Parts: sequence; C-alpha cells; structure tokens
Amino acid sequence: MIEIEKVYKSFGKLDVLKGVDLTVARGEVVSIIGGSGSGKSTLLTCINGLEPIQSGRILIDGTDVHARSTDLNKLRRKVGIVFQQFNAFPHLTVLDNVTLAPRKVLGMSRAEAEEIAVKQLRHVGLADKLKVYPSRLSGGQQQRMAIARALAMSPQYMLFDEVTSALDPLLVGEVLDTLKMLAEEGMTMICVTHEMTFARDVSQRVAFFHQGILAEIGPPDQIFGAPQHPETQKFLSNVR
Amino acid sequence: MFETAMTWNDLMFMLRGAGVTLWITAIAVAGGTALGIVFGVARSALSPWVTWPLAFVLDVLRSVPLLIQLVLANSFQAIAGLGWSPFVTSCVVLALYTAALCTEVVRGAILSVPETTRRAARSLGMTWAQDQTQIVFPMALRVGLPSWINLTLGVMKDSALVLWLGIIELLRASQILVTRLQEPMFILLVAGAIYFLISFPVARFGERLEKRWRAHD
Repeated sequence: MIEIEKVYKSFGKLDVLKGVDLTVARGEVVSIIGGSGSGKSTLLTCINGLEPIQSGRILIDGTDVHARSTDLNKLRRKVGIVFQQFNAFPHLTVLDNVTLAPRKVLGMSRAEAEEIAVKQLRHVGLADKLKVYPSRLSGGQQQRMAIARALAMSPQYMLFDEVTSALDPLLVGEVLDTLKMLAEEGMTMICVTHEMTFARDVSQRVAFFHQGILAEIGPPDQIFGAPQHPETQKFLSNVR
Repeated sequence: MFETAMTWNDLMFMLRGAGVTLWITAIAVAGGTALGIVFGVARSALSPWVTWPLAFVLDVLRSVPLLIQLVLANSFQAIAGLGWSPFVTSCVVLALYTAALCTEVVRGAILSVPETTRRAARSLGMTWAQDQTQIVFPMALRVGLPSWINLTLGVMKDSALVLWLGIIELLRASQILVTRLQEPMFILLVAGAIYFLISFPVARFGERLEKRWRAHD
C-alpha cells in the first residue's frame, strides 16, 4: 500500500505540492490527471524518493520513504518508475539495458538476469530486438523497453509519468496497450496521464490535481461523468 | 642528388630522444588522466563551494605557460631539497598540467550525460557509484574521447619544453644534430616525421573507437 499523507513539496519559493493526501491499495490502478504544473509528476518522483519533501510523509508498505534510516536504493527495487523521456542507456543493447539493474542491484548472474529480461521484453513485444541498440528503436519501442527494464526488477508498484507524452500519436497505442496489460495482470499502478480514454477505461480511481492540491478523486464514472469540483469541470471541458 | 652528413648513429640518437619524449608523455598522460578523472568527478559531483580551492589551483596550472611552470618547479624542488632529477620534475609538472586540462574534459563529458538518464538509473535502485561506473562513465567516455586524444597529442608536443631542464628528448636531440651538422631543414624534417609517426597511431586509434561507438547512435 502507498500512503501519502499531507505532503508538501517546494522547489525554492515555488510550492508544487500543498498538502496532498492519497492512499493507493495493492492491485489498484490510479490515474492522475490535471494541467501542467499541477504537481502530478513531482508527486511520482517524491514517491520513490528521487525528490525530497518539505513536510508530511509517504509510506510504502509502512516504510517511510523520506526517513533518514530508509535505504532508498533498496526501497526503489519495489517501486518501478517510467518517465516521459525514454531514458534508454544508449551504450547498451536492449537486452543489456534490461539486465543491468537485476545484475548490479539484485546481484543476479548474467544467465538469470537474461532469462528474466527476455521474458519481460517478450511481454512488451520486443523479443526480436534483444541485440539492437536503443537508437535503432522507435519512440514507442524505447518506451516499452523502459517498461520492461523497470519490470525486470519485479517491482510491486509501478509509477508511470506521462509515458506517452513524448510519443508520435501513432505510437501511443502500443504503449497504452502495454499499460493496460499490466493493469489486467493486477499490478499496482499510479499513472500520471493526459490520455483521458486510458484513465477512464483502465483505472479504478481518477485523481484530479490542480495547483498542487488533489482537488477531486473518485471512480472514473464520477470524475468524467459528474465532476464536482469546478476546476475539474473546467479542465475536462477543455480536454474533450 | 641529395646528400647528408647524417649517419645511422645520428638517427638512432634522434630515436632515443623520441623514446624519452614517449616516456615522459606516457607518464604525464597516465598520471594526469588519473588525477583528471578524480578531480573531474569531484568537480561535477560536489558543490562549487567545496571544490573552489581545487578549481583555483587547476586554473593557475592551465593559465601559466608550461615553460614557466617547469623552470619554477625545478628551482623549487632544488630549494626544498627534494633531490628530484630533471626527468622526475618534468613528469610531475607535465602530469599536473595534463590533470588541469583533463579535469575540464572529464567534467564537461560528465555534465553531458542527461540528468534524466541518471535519474532512471537511480530509480532502478542503483547506487551513486553504480550509476557512475555503469551509466555516466561509459556515456561520458564517448563524449570526452576526442578532446582527450587532442589533449594527449598536445601534451606530447608540449613535452619538448622539458629540454629547458637539460633533458635530451626528440627536439633537443635534433637541435644538437643541427648544431653539429648544420643541416637544419633536413634534420627538422626527420624530427617532424618522427613526431608524426608517434601521433598518427594515437589519432587513428581514437577515430576507430569513435567509429565503432557511432555505429550504435
């Protein structure tokens, strides 16, 4: 379970998160929508400790992410994150991109790591690209590789930060299909997204962020069918 | 028909000088690169407030002409009673000079690795050291290599200045022969050819590596 309690986060004088509360249960898929600068992506980087927070706390299975005593490198094995930029490691083949962390972080042998990597790459439809370098892949393929790379660590939670925003519209579908597949398999996911159809079809709950505040959260039917908050109404009428 | 008073022995004399040039360059570049990597990583990873004394010293080493550094260092080591031979002094000065230049090459190359890529590595649970060795260094190497090759070739040519400390390297050996044989054009042509023969493989090696890496881009 991910518990976010009264989290405040600022970059210098800019308040990005102003007291966010959110709990995500095991197996749940939560989509976060909202305008740019509303703090959605920052929340994800705070969840896996890539960014410090000013106050409040974030618990992952009871472990306080920002406590001094927490081993973040260990915690991050549990929480995979995929970013808007694909962040492929350009000097490694697709297979090596995926096996690197299991070998170096989990201490697996090359054979073990490759077995898992091949399985995950097959899962995202890249089984024929093992020996290829990332520069030879399309954006959608690179993003699916990034997903496989995160999955190879067998995380219990996956965070997706606008993973389709940098993609050619034609390639968005293949990545969304991969996310859908993961959701159907029961992965716990928090997806920051601009894909409203995806948010409606795949998530159990949709959260609307506005200026660093979680303005409204509820089942997709409620958020898209009968939004309560005036800002949610405004946002959704604009994106439709 | 072309005639010269230069003998095989004279040529051997020049080649021995070239050997000294190679030795000094190899030691200076190895030591300077090792230091440059340490300093470059420190300068890219630590706050400027912490590294400013280092940055200042490196700036001095980069700015003061090498000849002045060599002469001053030689005098200081004598005053301090270190008892260094001109060869050791030359190697130390050239290595520090190389380190000063190499630090900037390393720092620039490290800064060229996108922050987002490093974030992705850390998000997979890699430690800072794993991120450095597995992601940052290999990516930075590709960016920094051409500058490093230039630096190495530059240091090899700059190493001629150690003749001022009385070391007979390639250029000094040529000068001696010029004085004796009075054939400056021919002897300097031979010296130039030897410098070229030393540099060429280094430059080609760099080119080949770059080409191999470019195949992935």
